[in-house]
Amino acid sequence: MNLALAPETLARWQFGITTVYHFLFVPLTISLAALTAGLQTAWVRTEKEKYLRATKFWGKLFLINIAMGVVTGIVQEFQFGMNWSDYSRFVGDIFGAPLAFEALIAFFFESTFIGLWIFGWDKLPKKIHLACIWMVSIGTILSAYFILAANSWMQHPVGYRIDKAKGRAELTDFWAVLTQNTALTQAFHTLSAAFLTGGAFMVGIAAYHLARKKHVGAMKTSLRLGLITVVIAGLLTAISGDTLGKVMFKQQPMKMAAAEALWDGQKPAPFSIFAYGNVEKGHNTVAIEIPGLLSFLADDSFSSYVPGINDVNKAEQQKFGPGDYRPNIPVTFWGFRWMIGFGMASFAIGLAGLWLTRKKFLLPQHLRVGEDEVPHLVLFKNKALSPQLTTWFWRIAVWTLAFPLIANSWGWIFTEMGRQPWAVYGVLQTRQAVSPGVSQGEVLTSMAVFTALYAILAVVEVKLLVKYVKAGPPELTEADLNPPTKIGGDLRDADKPMAFSY
Amino acid sequence: MELHDVWFVLIAVLWTGYFFLEGFDFGVGVLTKLLARNRPEKRVLINTIGPVWDGNEVWLLSAGGATFAAFPEWYATLFSGFYLPLLVILVCLIVRGVAFEYRAKRPEEKWQRNWETAIFWCSLLPAFLWGVAFGNIVHGVKIDKNLEYVGGLGDLLHPYALLGGLVTLTLFTFHGAVFTALKTVGDIRERARRLALRVGLVTAVVALAFLLWTQADTGNGRSLVALVVAVAALVAALAANQLGREGWSFALSGVTIVAAVAMLFLSLFPNVMPSTLDPSWSLTVTNASSSPYTLKIMTWCAGIATPIVLLYQGWTYWVFRKRIGTQHIAEAAH
Repeated sequence: MNLALAPETLARWQFGITTVYHFLFVPLTISLAALTAGLQTAWVRTEKEKYLRATKFWGKLFLINIAMGVVTGIVQEFQFGMNWSDYSRFVGDIFGAPLAFEALIAFFFESTFIGLWIFGWDKLPKKIHLACIWMVSIGTILSAYFILAANSWMQHPVGYRIDKAKGRAELTDFWAVLTQNTALTQAFHTLSAAFLTGGAFMVGIAAYHLARKKHVGAMKTSLRLGLITVVIAGLLTAISGDTLGKVMFKQQPMKMAAAEALWDGQKPAPFSIFAYGNVEKGHNTVAIEIPGLLSFLADDSFSSYVPGINDVNKAEQQKFGPGDYRPNIPVTFWGFRWMIGFGMASFAIGLAGLWLTRKKFLLPQHLRVGEDEVPHLVLFKNKALSPQLTTWFWRIAVWTLAFPLIANSWGWIFTEMGRQPWAVYGVLQTRQAVSPGVSQGEVLTSMAVFTALYAILAVVEVKLLVKYVKAGPPELTEADLNPPTKIGGDLRDADKPMAFSY
Repeated sequence: MELHDVWFVLIAVLWTGYFFLEGFDFGVGVLTKLLARNRPEKRVLINTIGPVWDGNEVWLLSAGGATFAAFPEWYATLFSGFYLPLLVILVCLIVRGVAFEYRAKRPEEKWQRNWETAIFWCSLLPAFLWGVAFGNIVHGVKIDKNLEYVGGLGDLLHPYALLGGLVTLTLFTFHGAVFTALKTVGDIRERARRLALRVGLVTAVVALAFLLWTQADTGNGRSLVALVVAVAALVAALAANQLGREGWSFALSGVTIVAAVAMLFLSLFPNVMPSTLDPSWSLTVTNASSSPYTLKIMTWCAGIATPIVLLYQGWTYWVFRKRIGTQHIAEAAH
């Protein structure tokens, strides 16, 4: 089948669709595992029932989510071989190792202990059961680290040499791959963004219930945990993002010039809030700019020189031979802004929420509430917000849960599309990476199948989440409050039903 | 023994682990239609593998990831070459995983029935297709001088490979039946034993035919030993099943899988994917493997991680050692 497309176009679309979709679930899995583990720890330590109810509630949403994360992750492990066989041949010696580490160390951890946690409520003593969810959490974080080290190598290849005879890149220093600053910064940035996502998810859902004055005890705890997570993680995301930006200005100047639509190098360089340009002619027709800010973002100084798209393109042409080394500028430019905009919006809402719902700090006696009451929203010292503003606050808080998901997606689209035309920066171009033996018809088939399947599963998943969100935290049973004392559970009562069954 | 030979063995170990473990949970999936008479019985079956299927599946991801790292050329040729069958397997694994997690999360009849149908087909198809895939790997496929697969979908569906598919399907179903007999209590346990006998006899016939064909085609002295062990273990597993020794029966059906996979890999070595167009174009442990440095790092990783994985996965089976029956399945709260 000849679709008059470049051979890599469909494969890139497929990778984009399956990966962005997979990454909707990943940050939630990482953060909800840790947050659920935190809540369960609070239950084990204090024996307050609200913590157990919150654990069960968030644990259920976590499981609905991780199921999707796990199954869509299977595709990730194999699609390099399916659609990108020349990539796999060329970089497998390096790129394969962190992937294998991820499976052997992190996936086994995650998948084995998640089974123990789901079915273990009546089989494991309280503390061992708690340890299982922490193991899952460690697994998710290790997994993120290994895969980000692999991705960082594509962004900034280190610790390798090219074997011309074999026509491939070979690993010379695995430690460098795992610990280069790209990997460390990227892991820091992605993990903080993951916690921002989970925090916002908690805030949104807790706000939904609190606006309706339902399940107040468990939801107030959750709101607070969510808000604190959003604020801390939001701050860390901003700091790590700034660091990563500076690293990228050095390692991939083209990506950052494109992110700014900075066509020609400037000293000092401005940051554009809005730009509309002509890619053919290589300049912006409209731009709203803040002077000097870009120089600061790139180099911590308001007056340093930042190279532009045209400069870097010329430099790369000299280095790598004739060609167009510019990524898709509008996508890179707007992707960068949407990532920051949506991410920081949720951070701002979190900060506002934390202040408005404060418990005691600068809050007069008559506006403080008891354990099972919805907090008043107090902006200034002595007066709660009007009912209308209160409704709006809860509404915006509910929307917040979507913001980091949007920011994450654009962050990946930005960083991956901003690296084009390279698959491995400076080493292998994307058009050289596809499978030569796979026809466009085959790629189109698999893309259609995955897209349709993912769309159906998205509907199923969201409906299920909504159902369980609306149902709220479950009532606790006798069995919940009396966990077993022996591993394997109570074997004497032979016919006792399982605490959880599929 | 050089490192790439060690890795050939380790890849074989990972696939063996995968077929041993996910083998029975594919089998249990197939039994939801073959053995269970009603929904509570279906749920008993699904719950025998409930806590473990996800961990079992990671053996596949490890086999895939380790092949990528240790034999990049093999990974590239195999998964780009077997594109459409692999697509079917991936879709099945996706749907099946979601089906386990979501089936009981809504009370509607249609919802539960649809996921049950999904569990059956998405267990059956991969169980069959992995056999087809390995049939092709061992038999060899059309690989050109650039190590690219140049055949079509039709070239993968020849009688030998299809017979391989039948072997894995029946063997996994048998393995699932003896696992069910070991893990359940009550009427379903008895019926699982009776069904295991019938499935086991069919398995014995197709497996013997396939393994003899393999031996005649590509076998050697060592593969013959593995063949004998596989067949003897299968016969012994059937006998143990008849005697009501369920633990032995399961262990022996496991040995059958181990020996059968060992036989395939032994008859493959030193190739990893032979070319039917020209033997000099075959992928071998030498021309498909990574550099010694990568293999060394991978050896350290697998050497340390795999035993630990076996320990904690083994512990999981001990935690969930209690047999289950319909009385243990609570009406789910929705």
